[in-house]
Amino acid sequence: MLEITGYSKTFQKGTANEVRPLRNVSLRVEQGEFVVVIGTNGSGKSTLLNAVAGAFPPDEGRVTLDGQEITGWPEHRRAKLIGRVFQNPFSGTAPGMTIGENLAMALRRGQFPGFGWALNRRILKEFRDRVSTLNMGLEDRLDTEIGGLSGGQRQALTLLMATWRRPSLLLLDEHTAALDPRSADRIIHLTREIITREGLTTLMVTHSMIQAANLGDRLIMMHKGEIIRDFSGPAKRRQRPDDLLAHFDEVRRRELLDQSAADLLRRMYI
Amino acid sequence: MNLLIGSLTVGLILSLLAIGVYISFRIFNFADITADGSITLGAAVAALLLVNGYDPISATLAGAVAGFLAGLVTGVLHARFKIHGLLSGILVMTALYSINLRIMGKSNLSLMSVPNLTGMAERFGGMLFGGRADINLWGWSLAVRDISILLCSLVVILLATGVVYLFFRTDLGTVMRATGDNQQMVRALGSDTGLMIILGLGLSNGLIALSGALLAQYLGFADVQMGIGMVVWGLASVIIGGSLVRTNRLGLAICGAVMGSILFRLLVAIALRFGLNPNDLKLVTALFVFGALVLPNMLAALAERRGRRSHA
Repeated sequence: MLEITGYSKTFQKGTANEVRPLRNVSLRVEQGEFVVVIGTNGSGKSTLLNAVAGAFPPDEGRVTLDGQEITGWPEHRRAKLIGRVFQNPFSGTAPGMTIGENLAMALRRGQFPGFGWALNRRILKEFRDRVSTLNMGLEDRLDTEIGGLSGGQRQALTLLMATWRRPSLLLLDEHTAALDPRSADRIIHLTREIITREGLTTLMVTHSMIQAANLGDRLIMMHKGEIIRDFSGPAKRRQRPDDLLAHFDEVRRRELLDQSAADLLRRMYI
Repeated sequence: MNLLIGSLTVGLILSLLAIGVYISFRIFNFADITADGSITLGAAVAALLLVNGYDPISATLAGAVAGFLAGLVTGVLHARFKIHGLLSGILVMTALYSINLRIMGKSNLSLMSVPNLTGMAERFGGMLFGGRADINLWGWSLAVRDISILLCSLVVILLATGVVYLFFRTDLGTVMRATGDNQQMVRALGSDTGLMIILGLGLSNGLIALSGALLAQYLGFADVQMGIGMVVWGLASVIIGGSLVRTNRLGLAICGAVMGSILFRLLVAIALRFGLNPNDLKLVTALFVFGALVLPNMLAALAERRGRRSHA
């Protein structure tokens, strides 16, 4: 269970560029809950994920995960409990190292690396078995460098790596946004399969209204650093992509944005 | 022929420097110029202990440990105090100059009259070749002393290289390599990238100081100036090695660094033989590294332009 209480963050405080991506945000995610996060650009949704992952300390507020307060933990210590997949397919893997070596680090996520061999026959067999479930033929290429793989393949491996040791929380930050539609589709399929099978507590940021409507059992919408909508249960299941766009329109009306900005929103989200 | 054997030996000893530079420059992407100070530090510590009658093996290892500690300091300055990497190296290198003088007590310590590894190698060679002073190899008359030192250096360097290679296949070594490749990923998988950089620089400078300790014993003295320009020297070896093996594969890349070091030393010996002024050596080395860094890109750009013209 993840609990964020009264979290505020301001970047570049006291300068002309001051931004407040998170304003007194509180959110409680139950064990096994799959929460989809949507919002306009700059609404604070990616910052929310980074705050949970520990990329920076809060100005105010607390984060607890599985009953432990992790507010003061650095990023690498939180990684014991948290698996992450990034928007950029290049962020989640080390390009100059082989698939096997990358997986070896995921196998020991959160443990201090010791002097044991990173790879041995037993581990490689385990890798082959599990990588073959991706159906990408990568199980026979464990000793090729990851840098030569496509974005979709790298993102599939990152997803596998983030969940290799069952994390208490999975953070997905627009993890299909940089992929072509076919690869994005495969990754979403895989995401749903892994989350359902392992019953993972998940926070997923997405720009795709179709994903937001079809995935997860709770949906929150962020705007200007605050959570302005929160649907779960039947209310979440009723949301269709058009309904979600209507929420954006409503926000737009409230903000009195001009028509050109509305067109921009439509182009981006439909 | 003795010139050849001499430069082979120095090339082998300095290949540990090349591997150290390979670790900081290539694996961690960290321009660490602590090396100029740590190679002298290794020589100074080993020399001090030898002069005070410690046995050569402990003295040499102590030199390596001193270099390891110097590397840790550079790493802590960079990773914990957030000082720019190049500046961290400059600070430690500068501090080491005074420290090395303090350790040695003067600017030059002779090791000629104290038992050291060179003497051990000679005795070992004497046993191996049955006490003869010269042996005949394909018509060349070679001093057993030189051959024994060369063989012993080869054994030491093979051992050290093997240990480094195996280390980078362990969990810790794998995470270190990944730290140079993608820090974001290493943090997301739960390792402290700062700690990895600190330990990696320790390892790199430990090898460099080991190289210094061996070099001092081969040359017969430790000198406070002996480290000047050594980073560039190591870089030249790494670049030559890289162009010899043309791969990122760990084992081959490390072999490349060793071969690069030997080849570079041979080239230098030949150049000196044909009248290069030793005072110009550092300038020529710097120019060589400059050329090696710039030429591949210039050639690629040239090829591309030519290719575009032929398409048009």
